[in-house]
Amino acid sequence: MSFIPGNDSPILQILSLGMYVFFIIFIFYGQRIQMYVMVREVENSLHKLRIIKEEGRKTAIEAIKEIGKPTADPSARVDRYLEYFTIGPQSMDPAGIVHKLDHILDTRDERLKEDVRIMAPEAANNDVQINNLENTLEAAMALNYIYKVVRHYYIQGKKTLSLYVIMQLQMILPLVMKEAEAYASALKAFAYGQPIGDGVGPLIASKLMHGYEVRKVPKDCVVASVPFEGRNALVLKAEGPGGNVGKPGDAIEHVIEEQQGNIACLIMIDAGLKLEGELVGEVSEGIGAAIGGPGVDQFKIEAKLTKYKIRNYAVIVKEDVGDAVSPMRKEINDAVDKVIERVRDVVKERTKEGDTILIVGVGNSIGVGQ
Amino acid sequence: MRLNKMAQQTQQSGQSNKIGNYLLLIVFVVLALSVVALFVAVETYFIGDIIAAGIFAGIGGIALAICLFLLYQYRRQATEVKIDIPKVMTTIECQNKGCANKTIREFQRGDYIFKDLDVACPKCGGKQMITAIYKEVKVKEKTYSV
Ligand SMILES: [Zn+2]
Repeated sequence: MSFIPGNDSPILQILSLGMYVFFIIFIFYGQRIQMYVMVREVENSLHKLRIIKEEGRKTAIEAIKEIGKPTADPSARVDRYLEYFTIGPQSMDPAGIVHKLDHILDTRDERLKEDVRIMAPEAANNDVQINNLENTLEAAMALNYIYKVVRHYYIQGKKTLSLYVIMQLQMILPLVMKEAEAYASALKAFAYGQPIGDGVGPLIASKLMHGYEVRKVPKDCVVASVPFEGRNALVLKAEGPGGNVGKPGDAIEHVIEEQQGNIACLIMIDAGLKLEGELVGEVSEGIGAAIGGPGVDQFKIEAKLTKYKIRNYAVIVKEDVGDAVSPMRKEINDAVDKVIERVRDVVKERTKEGDTILIVGVGNSIGVGQ
Repeated sequence: MRLNKMAQQTQQSGQSNKIGNYLLLIVFVVLALSVVALFVAVETYFIGDIIAAGIFAGIGGIALAICLFLLYQYRRQATEVKIDIPKVMTTIECQNKGCANKTIREFQRGDYIFKDLDVACPKCGGKQMITAIYKEVKVKEKTYSV
């Protein structure tokens, strides 16, 4: 029997038979083969995630042992901490949800810090160390969560053998891995107390306020009155050098009320997410409350600004997620002077001499003093 | 200290990766050759030279097995995790305006920006302060010409 008429070479016969078999297999099992390839890809990433997660846990435990000098092994407590969850407020009737969320977040923050104090008795009275350890543990917590979610969908996909479950996971995997890697480098930065990319706001604020008298404002923020281009600038940032974002919402409310709303404008400086193709450390300018997080602070700031009809300008330094939580890149550090120039322009163009203005550096103040 | 170890590790893995790429190329060439050898073996078998066919089949089979084994190994290696941690540097500046001596050293635990140091300036004996802490990422990002 010949598959190719007019040619009887046995090799060609075998080859063409092979081709037919190949086609038939692909027609019936193509999707399944594709799925196995995807499962394999996810498996590799999951394996990588597990190593990253383990490394994170180890780093956190080591940091606690080194700084906190606990009497007992903190591993069990750390494991418990990593599984900690927070239940968000019910949003069926959204009125007043911001304050509910605010309260939940406060409780969470307090609870976690208390836990860290118990884990690290030697550092219990050192807020800087406690904040750094808390941040380290939170990064480890995030890694743990990412790993568990990916594992969940992976197992579900394998169990149901559904191409669509696996496909969804495989599609977002590159982004998930990028985020996990960012947290992994954040963990090291937090454990060592190094300034991170997100700290560019506080860094600029402290450049402005350095050398002037600094006082504390609620919650966990500091403010200084600084002469700036003939105006009186109130410069505000989260208190450093511990890992801390403070609650700029409360702090801004407090300062505006102190001034009875007599503020010409509010300028917020923050790290902003860059799009692919944009350069790290690019400075751009706009309006609105430049602040991330769950939205509580933004809500409070906007409410207060609206009440007193205060204008809100924003200057951001572009960076990607990875840069924002890993040790500060040189490009971001170099952007500091550019931002100050921008702020100077905004102040000169939009306010009069003798005005009081509020400049806020938003972000995590780890490794940045004042 | 862990940080340093990690940095060294990543450097090494970077090198081995380059070697790995060449190895992979060779493996693929050998893979192709072994497949050809198997075909030749089949052909010689049909011609009637059974001994030559056996030799070709043996060579082809062994080469194929080695290649597949290497590929499997390479895959396992590729899944090993590398977390790239560049060195973080601390910039120290003398606060004496006339001097402004600048030193850059590796980050040490406890460093923070605007920290006044106890160590006096080596040039003028003035007060020193940490003015910047950053890492320099050496890998150039790929630029897409759009
Ligand atoms: Zn000097």
